[in-house]
Amino acid sequence: MKVVVCVKEVPEASARTRIDPGTLRLDRSGAAALNAFDAHALEEALKIREGAGDGEVVALMMAPERAADSLRKALAVGADRAVHVADDSLAGSDLVATARVLAKAVEREEPDLVLLGQQGADSDGAVLWSALADLLRLPVVSQAASLDLGDGKVTSKRQTEYGYDVIEAPLPCVVAVSDAINEPRYPSLKGIMGAKKKPYETLSASDLGVSADEAGEAGSRTEVTGLAEPPSRGDSVRIEDDGGDAAEKIVAYLAERKLI
Amino acid sequence: MPTLVYLEDHEGELVPGSLGVLSKAAQLGGDVAAVVCGAGVKDLAAEAGRFGASRVYAADDPALEAPLPQPRVDVLAALVREQDFDTVLFGASVLTADLAAGLAARLGAGLNWDLVDLELRDGALVGKRPALQDSVYVDVGWKSEPRLALVRAGTFEPAESGGEAEVQDVAVEIQDFSRGAVMVERAHAESEGPSIEDADVIVAGGRGLGDPDKFALLEELAKALGGAVAATRAVVDAGWYPYATQVGQTGKNVSPKLYLACGISGAIQHKVGMQSSGTIVAINKDANAPIFEYADLSVVGDLHEVVPKLTELVRGRRG
Repeated sequence: MKVVVCVKEVPEASARTRIDPGTLRLDRSGAAALNAFDAHALEEALKIREGAGDGEVVALMMAPERAADSLRKALAVGADRAVHVADDSLAGSDLVATARVLAKAVEREEPDLVLLGQQGADSDGAVLWSALADLLRLPVVSQAASLDLGDGKVTSKRQTEYGYDVIEAPLPCVVAVSDAINEPRYPSLKGIMGAKKKPYETLSASDLGVSADEAGEAGSRTEVTGLAEPPSRGDSVRIEDDGGDAAEKIVAYLAERKLI
Repeated sequence: MPTLVYLEDHEGELVPGSLGVLSKAAQLGGDVAAVVCGAGVKDLAAEAGRFGASRVYAADDPALEAPLPQPRVDVLAALVREQDFDTVLFGASVLTADLAAGLAARLGAGLNWDLVDLELRDGALVGKRPALQDSVYVDVGWKSEPRLALVRAGTFEPAESGGEAEVQDVAVEIQDFSRGAVMVERAHAESEGPSIEDADVIVAGGRGLGDPDKFALLEELAKALGGAVAATRAVVDAGWYPYATQVGQTGKNVSPKLYLACGISGAIQHKVGMQSSGTIVAINKDANAPIFEYADLSVVGDLHEVVPKLTELVRGRRG
């Protein structure tokens, strides 16, 4: 059983992130970390490997060279091997451009299963898996709150607006897991030390046969054209429930606005 | 600008989110069509005329019965290519996010997501998207056609314009890999009362309730106000309240006229799901709770005292 886990690097949650007004891209110069949502995909892959007793977990990332530390964290947690697609020409890739690069890298691995986290903490994007699955011509299951393998297929509970669906898909397939699926483990000291000895492959766009017009800015069909301040909500009212009359005040407030 | 709007259906009805997007597309002008996919959805297709579609494509096939994205990608890809639509719009949901992204990959098209507005600027379509936890808004565009967009749930209200749509059948050809994923068991509504996305009034509870049983207080208040009860991610994960009621980044986006947040600290993940509510009232013991930053009425107090009193007063007004 070979599982490819797609991971990405994002600005650290505590870091004050901004969009560079010059390039209109996310300023990624500050402290960065592995996308927390991807830790759940990695954890699920490790569980599958442990459950099967053998297999391989490959962590795949498309990011500039400097993101290597984040990918090594995936090795420290337990992935067997890392594939890092690092190429300056890929900067500015949008959804489909990114999916094209990852699809080429996944095809090279011929995995049984491709796992992703439920969203990128930086872009709030929750769409990559489906684009990837379409390019790979594989079935896709998203929002997986549980994942069971057996008889050459996956069975998953999927969170939707209406509750939980149960979906089955044959292997190989692409599954995006929700962050309710598991509690990701932390790397052990042994894991951190061992990560340095694990195979770490760095690939360029041309190694994957990705042409210049398929990825990067040239291969992207969306663009950011401007920045603006978010709208303000206007005046707000604050009351303290000192005298125990907060409920009366709330009713008066709502009645005034014809909300009750 | 020939525009195609995907209409999602659930339990025999078109969902308000996609009708809202259709209404917006009609306001922007040009030739606006819609598409419905499912089994036995022809009658639904005709309804879309009232919301501004001049024609509605009905892809009616048993293979489209389950709300799964990949068979729909096949249908929409063929339709967009044949009819040369330059814009394809979706009201965001679990289903349509996967559908739109798969379609973008298939067509080599640009997809912008989480849009909270759409406008024409010098004839070009521009989307507005909150970014970085809503601390900044970005204008997003497309470098080529077709332009694909997912609109944040609850952004546009359905507006009836009273027209009639011509319904056209669409040939359904589905790729083998699109038939791979199958629905074994379909979700059914878990809670009674109005769905939180359709409710005008929402009473929401978080960890500050202290105890799952205390949701009863909110249910009483919601009943008095004629609204629905919602919950935060934290309490849903803890098993206090059903997932279907979860508001926030990984739950639902809601925009009721009134959102009453009880014992909710107001993390950004929650904020993104309810900030477009008309009026936000927050009750929290902690005077520094982040939710007070964006509440219209901030009430520093103990919800266990305030909520039951509020329920009595509201009942009194109604009675």
